[in-house]
Amino acid sequence: MDQTRRNVFKAGGGASLYALLAVAGMLRPDAALAADWNQKAFEAKNLKDAFDALGAGSRTDSIGILMTAPEIAENGAVVPIGAVSKLPGTESIAILIAKNPTALAASFDIPLGTEPAVSTRVKMAETSEVHVLVKAQGKFYVTKKEIKVTIGGCGG
Amino acid sequence: MADPMRIRAVAKDGGVNVKILMAHEMETGQRKDGAGKPIPAHFIQHVSASWQGKVVLSANWGTAIAKNPFLEFNFKGGQKGEKIQVTWTDNKGDKRTDEATIN
Repeated sequence: MDQTRRNVFKAGGGASLYALLAVAGMLRPDAALAADWNQKAFEAKNLKDAFDALGAGSRTDSIGILMTAPEIAENGAVVPIGAVSKLPGTESIAILIAKNPTALAASFDIPLGTEPAVSTRVKMAETSEVHVLVKAQGKFYVTKKEIKVTIGGCGG
Repeated sequence: MADPMRIRAVAKDGGVNVKILMAHEMETGQRKDGAGKPIPAHFIQHVSASWQGKVVLSANWGTAIAKNPFLEFNFKGGQKGEKIQVTWTDNKGDKRTDEATIN
């Protein structure tokens, strides 16, 4: 009983110290953000585990997410993907590739004032569904598209 | 030290369009070298862009981002002549920050 209470105190003390340091500007914000790298999600070997690790176990298909990607990617090492969310209150956009060795490719936080639209280039091991997951007003929405890959971009 | 990023920030329609090209191997950890030994993963995990001290985009990446990563986004506000800073950090703790002027 006492032991439990002591642990709770310890945990509470640690958290508030961290908050104080952060407020005092003693912790660089980018260092704090880098620590947010979701290891479990990025190391998930399949789509379901990746969605679960992102907290997106339940999600809704949405036509409010637009994905720009080629039908056929000749070179899996460089596949351009663009993602635009029309959903109000978009907080983050993630790109997941179902058949890659690790499904989650990228997760973008969209601060207020930044358009919920990002473009990047990914690697694809083989022909696969690509999912764009959007978190908007605390809920998850998804859209997907199959991209055919002629030459894979992983392994070798 | 990694090579500098190429950053282009262009003001238009009350916003700024930012295009970034980073120089990084983005090694997945899946490949093997000539002797059959796995090549350790080496990739950018975090990218952050800021304008006037405000973060305008923050990204976490896995190994599936292509070599020499490209990133494009738009944010509101931002005038010609102002600066934006972009920082990346990789899984080995290497880090690089570059600055560009909005034009």
